[in-house]
Amino acid sequence: MSITTGPGTGTTGTGPGTTPAADGSAGTTALGRMRALARAELVLLGRTKGTLVAALFVPLVLPFSVYSTIDRVDLEEQGLSVGSMLLPSVIGFSLLFAVYSSMVSVYAARREDLVFKRLRTGELRDAEILAGAALPAVAIGLVQSLVLVTACALLLDLDAPSAPHLAVLGLLLGLVMWPALAAVTAIFSRSVEGAQVAAMPLMLASMIGSGTFVPLEVMPDRLASVLELLPLTPIITLIRGGWTGDLPASEALGALATAMAWTVVAVFAVKRWFRWEPRR
Amino acid sequence: MDTNEREHVIDVTDLRRVYGGGFEAVRGVSFSVGRGELFALLGTNGAGKTSTVELLEGLAPPAGGRVRILGHDPYAERAAVRPRIGVMLQEGGFPSELTVAETVRMWAGCTSGARPQDEALSLVGLGRRAGVRVKQLSGGERRRLDLALALLGRPEVLFLDEPTTGLDAEGRQDTWDLVRELREGGTTVLLTTHYLEEAEGLADRLAIMHEGRIAASGTPAEVTASQPSRISFDLPEGYVLGDLPPLPALGVTGHETNGRSVVLRTHELQRAATKLLLWAEENRIELRGLDVRSASLEEAFLRIARDASRQTPPAERTERTAREKESAV
Repeated sequence: MSITTGPGTGTTGTGPGTTPAADGSAGTTALGRMRALARAELVLLGRTKGTLVAALFVPLVLPFSVYSTIDRVDLEEQGLSVGSMLLPSVIGFSLLFAVYSSMVSVYAARREDLVFKRLRTGELRDAEILAGAALPAVAIGLVQSLVLVTACALLLDLDAPSAPHLAVLGLLLGLVMWPALAAVTAIFSRSVEGAQVAAMPLMLASMIGSGTFVPLEVMPDRLASVLELLPLTPIITLIRGGWTGDLPASEALGALATAMAWTVVAVFAVKRWFRWEPRR
Repeated sequence: MDTNEREHVIDVTDLRRVYGGGFEAVRGVSFSVGRGELFALLGTNGAGKTSTVELLEGLAPPAGGRVRILGHDPYAERAAVRPRIGVMLQEGGFPSELTVAETVRMWAGCTSGARPQDEALSLVGLGRRAGVRVKQLSGGERRRLDLALALLGRPEVLFLDEPTTGLDAEGRQDTWDLVRELREGGTTVLLTTHYLEEAEGLADRLAIMHEGRIAASGTPAEVTASQPSRISFDLPEGYVLGDLPPLPALGVTGHETNGRSVVLRTHELQRAATKLLLWAEENRIELRGLDVRSASLEEAFLRIARDASRQTPPAERTERTAREKESAV
């Protein structure tokens, strides 16, 4: 073993006054750091077959079961087409499985394996670690949503969205909110297996109560107004409203406020309570 | 050792750390390390070494006291400190499914002025293991990967928390050589270890921690010298301790007897040994099992750990250590 400095790399940088970051050229940026972390996470995702399959295929398969329930509901009365009913649901599934569920596992695994603790000794900031680790899952969620939109347009004669800004806003909020909720969920677990259990309540509540299988419009009013407060509901509402274009401004604002509130609360909880190393 | 004339790269004042359950792991630790110095923190398990080092690394804010690394608060001014330090935790975590090369690449993307991958890996002798998954590395190899990442950004200050634990003898020697070279290159190193020969061989100065406090500190020679040397032997049949010349006249400061075996402690080993042997010669006595030895760091360590748990107030202890140091000169 010997310390050699390759040609062209200059001084060893260990002597007084030569701080690697001081010359500016070799310093890292938040974006660069997150990209490096995201790249490694993408490789890891490719090597974690179970998570990969769940993330990639479940959201693409579940729509069929939704499709079968849709027939039984009188959609026309509610002013919904099959496509505009199905699309928000499958985007919801994408957020739940590709983003939320897989990120709960990733966050718990990196913490329990002391990867997060080691990363925190470096130049990455806390928020960069959580965001960088989530980037592959968020990218998958985004690509999946776009694929689903295209598929619905081609197969179910889905029209172009009447209020695309609402749909885009809903999707983007969802892609920020669900990794944050995953980090919150990881707080309540001590292992990767435990993390999956911890993720179940929100997964089930969202699937049943956020208008994915059954539209809230056909539910009793009082129940529906409670279910509107679930974190996935405003995302579904915004995306569906984006397509149908008949979402009243007050309801759109309400959905936005709900989504923002969940995101803010989740980010606050993570800042305050996220554990970066296993409990001893 | 005079570090005042040099820049204090690490400056710690009255540092305290309290864990959630109320356990006070660090109870008022102060020391400073000059540029280019190698400082070792020694201590039994649970002495508070890692708890202290984690505060210096900026992983947590202290419950009390002050830390400055390169003039900055490592917790509040993380961005200013991190690009200039390298850290090797006692237990590092790397995703087990990544290869060594992928791990280095990821880490390099997060490190200012990172060394090229080949250079980083050959530094620690892992050049040929680049394509191997982390989960297939041996414990020692994982330690060396951890060291490679700590050195990736050519840090000015290096924190090594038990860097040689889990390494075989050769790996340990390699790591020591590497650390020596780094220090010669001007790197300031803070090392924790429970291998005393590691501290004795590498450290410019060291501190022995016990129960969250520094029980003794100085150069290895100073810490050792603060401890008395030892003469042990068996008295022959018919003799008792009182038959020896008066102990103060021998320069003996303490003694223990167990049956016929005697242990004398002294800060003036040559004088005590000479007078003892002259007495034996004059009385035609053979001292069986005669063993005369200077204090070693190991002995100092064990004794400090033992004394420290017997006596409590830290202030008294510091005074006593200082007095012993004076009398040893």
